[in-house]
Amino acid sequence: MAFEFELPNPSTATAAATAKFGEADLVRRSASSVPAPAKKLTPVAKLIDVSKCIGCKACQAACLEWNDMRADIGTNVGVYDNPPDLTPNMFTLMRFTEWVNPETQNLEWLIRKDGCMHCEDAGCLKACPAPGAIVQYSNGIVDFVHENCIGCGYCVKGCPFNIPRISQVDNKAYKCTLCSDRVAVGQGPACAKACPTHAIVFGTKDEMKKHAEDRIKDLKSRGYKNAGLYDPPGVSGTHVMYVLHHADKPEIYAGLANNPRISPIVELWKGASKYVGLAAIGIFAAIGFFHHIVEGPNKVSNEDEENAKRLAGSGRP
Amino acid sequence: MTAYDVERGDSVHPGNPVKVDRYTSGARINHWITATCLVLLALSGLALFHPDLYFLTALFGGGQNTRAIHPWIGVVLFFSFAGLFIRFWRANLWVAEDGTWLGRLKDVLTKHEDRLPDVGKYNAGQKVVFWGMSLLILTLIVTGVGIWDVYFADYTSIETKRIAILIHSAAAVVMICIWIVHVYAAIWVRGTIGAMTRGQVTGGWAWRHHRKWLKELISGKA
Repeated sequence: MAFEFELPNPSTATAAATAKFGEADLVRRSASSVPAPAKKLTPVAKLIDVSKCIGCKACQAACLEWNDMRADIGTNVGVYDNPPDLTPNMFTLMRFTEWVNPETQNLEWLIRKDGCMHCEDAGCLKACPAPGAIVQYSNGIVDFVHENCIGCGYCVKGCPFNIPRISQVDNKAYKCTLCSDRVAVGQGPACAKACPTHAIVFGTKDEMKKHAEDRIKDLKSRGYKNAGLYDPPGVSGTHVMYVLHHADKPEIYAGLANNPRISPIVELWKGASKYVGLAAIGIFAAIGFFHHIVEGPNKVSNEDEENAKRLAGSGRP
Repeated sequence: MTAYDVERGDSVHPGNPVKVDRYTSGARINHWITATCLVLLALSGLALFHPDLYFLTALFGGGQNTRAIHPWIGVVLFFSFAGLFIRFWRANLWVAEDGTWLGRLKDVLTKHEDRLPDVGKYNAGQKVVFWGMSLLILTLIVTGVGIWDVYFADYTSIETKRIAILIHSAAAVVMICIWIVHVYAAIWVRGTIGAMTRGQVTGGWAWRHHRKWLKELISGKA
């Protein structure tokens, strides 16, 4: 059965397009707070159906094209992955895995489009110390605001998916924007637009979950009994989701995190330690202040000076 | 034989009042370079530690500059403190009376010097500050290099960096607390700051706070 899917990604007349969301729709802003937005946008999501991906890398090319970036000419590292890892100029990357299914002894070629997952509970945003360098819109998109980025790399430590990359050129962090600029004018992400098999689709999160259900049903009818949706609850769900034929083992897809969450070390560092740390410093300063108020200065007396003179054999004999 | 706590340049000048040389000009310059670095590191580090203190980045010319300069100041501090360590470690070795002194901390804080044992060039509190700083600076330089991603990003895993940055933050907080104790003690105990500005204290100050050291200096001279 061929799946009929109407592309929810029509071209928009760009001349007339005005952004449908912006500053007023922020729900989170790194190292600062934002007023609750007046209206909530419908949550969006990109759904990547790994079972339909043919590994053509059209998404990678479209991503470079839309974001006006060029990857350096690299070297073959013996696998199809090209470049071998995400870079500040490569926001998305096809990762290829050759996996022998132990039940069927079939060699399965697993291809996963890696990139920012746009976590609902975004570790990068939580870790970021620069006000407004990372923002989240009420539709779920997590975006880096480069003019506020200081290049500290805290987002790298906060991310449970190892996504942000720091540029050695301008010392700023880069990652997939979910084409927030395209989405703002009613278009889908460039990668989804370019995908020839509709393995990448974009729409509201509810639509995408429903679409995923149909796909999972189809995969199960073909014998993939563990087919399922990857929308990890550990980060309160993501706005980039996968349909996996082996959803019980996400790690076989080039190390996709199984039950990802923000590291407890990061939670401690960005949670309790901030308050306990400043409180400790404040308490020490206060103790000093009050000690001086109560005890007064510790002054050398004339008697001390006389004793010293006697000992040193100076002054009066 | 010189006592363990008598350092190069320490000497007594009889007069009215008696003057005691406590720190050489080299030691003083070394100390103030370290102190300046420590203050700059605390300000730039706190700016990135808590969002409410991010405004401190303005002192360093913005967030990017703060991020870039903090580790370099750390390197300067590390080598500068290494100089202080070489100068002062011997006189900071723990001796018998230090335990007694520390056990009577209440008398220390309530100015009952008469109930305290005679102490050498450094009392137990100063020794705790010295060894605490030494240990923390070592911790901070090691964890700091681990998260100095501009140059060393590929040498540590992300998980290692997470642990490193947590330890780095905690060690820095403890260090700032120790620094507060250090500065407060110098202010509270009048006559102390001159030791680090002019290199001298009065004989009365030495008699009151470091009597064993004063006696060693005088008897050594005799």
